[in-house]
Amino acid sequence: MSTRLVTIRGLHKRFGDNEVLRGIDLDIDEGEVVCLIGPSGSGKSTLLRCINLLEPPTSGTVGAAGHDMTHPDADLDAARREIGMVFQHFNLFSHLTILDNIAIAQRRVLGRSKAEAHAEARRRLAEVGVEGKERAKPAQLSGGQQQRVAIARALAMGPTLMLFDEPTSALDPELVGEVLAVMRGLAADGMTMLVVTHEMSFAREVADRVVFLDGGVIVEQGPPSQMLTEPTTERAQSFLRRVLHPVD
Amino acid sequence: MNAAQRTALTVRGRRRLTRTVQYGVFAAALIALIALADWGRIADSFLQVDIAADMFPAVWTAFGNTVAYTLLAFVFGMLVGVPLALMRVSGFGPYRWLSTVYVEVFRGLPALLVLFLVGFAVPQAFPGVTWPGGVYGQVAIGLGLTSSAYIAESVRAGIQAVPPGQVEAARSLGMSHTRTMISIVLPQALRIVVPPLTNELVLLTKDSSLVYVLGVTASTMELTRFARSELTDTANATPLLVGGLLYLLLTVPLSALARRLETKGDRR
Ligand SMILES: Nc1ncnc2c1ncn2[C@@H]1O[C@H](COP(=O)(O)OP(=O)(O)OP(=O)(O)O)[C@@H](O)[C@H]1O
Ligand SMILES: [Mg+2]
Repeated sequence: MSTRLVTIRGLHKRFGDNEVLRGIDLDIDEGEVVCLIGPSGSGKSTLLRCINLLEPPTSGTVGAAGHDMTHPDADLDAARREIGMVFQHFNLFSHLTILDNIAIAQRRVLGRSKAEAHAEARRRLAEVGVEGKERAKPAQLSGGQQQRVAIARALAMGPTLMLFDEPTSALDPELVGEVLAVMRGLAADGMTMLVVTHEMSFAREVADRVVFLDGGVIVEQGPPSQMLTEPTTERAQSFLRRVLHPVD
Repeated sequence: MNAAQRTALTVRGRRRLTRTVQYGVFAAALIALIALADWGRIADSFLQVDIAADMFPAVWTAFGNTVAYTLLAFVFGMLVGVPLALMRVSGFGPYRWLSTVYVEVFRGLPALLVLFLVGFAVPQAFPGVTWPGGVYGQVAIGLGLTSSAYIAESVRAGIQAVPPGQVEAARSLGMSHTRTMISIVLPQALRIVVPPLTNELVLLTKDSSLVYVLGVTASTMELTRFARSELTDTANATPLLVGGLLYLLLTVPLSALARRLETKGDRR
């Protein structure tokens, strides 16, 4: 009944001698929220970046948002319009105003008029709760505001799939909540999301599925109620012990 | 403890003594210079007000030409240098090689030699060829070729200073490589290279004096050539002083601007 939005088969990624992804198979259905967890260096970012081909896979196939991403003739630019990506460090365009950050790809990629693009930008800014900053430059905003603008920028393209790479890791603790709130809203609206995160409470509350990556392979996955409380593998257990009780 | 303190004082005392000696030597040299120089003679050969006054208003034509040559060469340098910079960071090998060779050649040759090539060698080798714009065209190309190599290097450095995250964000929104360059990377890179480009403008202002080798007429003379012909006519060095001051009128504000933009850029 539901559509597959991500289909990954036998994905390998090597940087020189360093094999970072060692055979990943992963499916994500439309409307599903999947949280990707795992220790630092396990390949979470690399996996995410292989989905929209910011990083070309060494071998294996990737299908995303209805596009065969690894096909030699794939129109990657067309596919990426439908796959929103949110980065740890926001990556807002530093020379553009907030409004133009959200408008530029709408205009240059989707061919919308300036008026249309700005109207859409304002709607998205309202959606993420950043208002009155349209003419400001990114550097004038708090980290939490910048990340919400980055989400608005991705949403303005009308994506069917959203990828988040540790969207709250670079934020001061008191700003994490406002970004997670926006993401909760998105999930509630039925957006398909793959989220790399260390926010276990967010994963527990919002995720349909939690995927644990370690050493470049998916070690274990399941619903958060099971994955975050009684994982079956020793590696997942020890990882969760460390992140849930960092003081012990 | 006490001994250490005494040593510290001695060190500081010694430093103060060295400083005093340096001021002393400096003051003595200055006094000697003022006392020994033949001020009458110097004023005679450099500071003749009537000779200076006679240079006006004709000197403004030369001043205008200096500005025109500088700007023409700079515009040519930008028009060629920016595409060269894009070629140098291109994923397509032949573009990179071509621009690397161009940059190395024109950075390695004296500006004067390039000007000779453009002004004399090319017209001789290709008799039908005339540069558009006469002397102005020759200068734009002759000085601009050298300048474009330096501009290309500055802009390339600017492009590479744009954080990779900016490109990734643009590509993830579906922008093509070219669109990303035009809308995201170049605008940021050009901001980064405004200070070095301002310095390039200062260098070009001075290099525009080389134009005299093309054999200029009264109407196309720039400042240095004009000052030199006045020097010959009056058998006096005052025109050099006037010409020099007019150069500084251009270069000092530009240098100050470059410095200000540099510190402003740091704060961004
Ligand atoms: N562009 C690259 N070139 C070379 N090696 C890379 C590159 N990107 C990532 N790596 C390597 O791949 C491995 C996995 O990196 P990745 O960023 O995917 O891990 P991660 O799970 O996201 O870690 P973190 O939690 O620290 O973000 C690391 O060893 C890293 O050094
Ligand atoms: Mg990462």
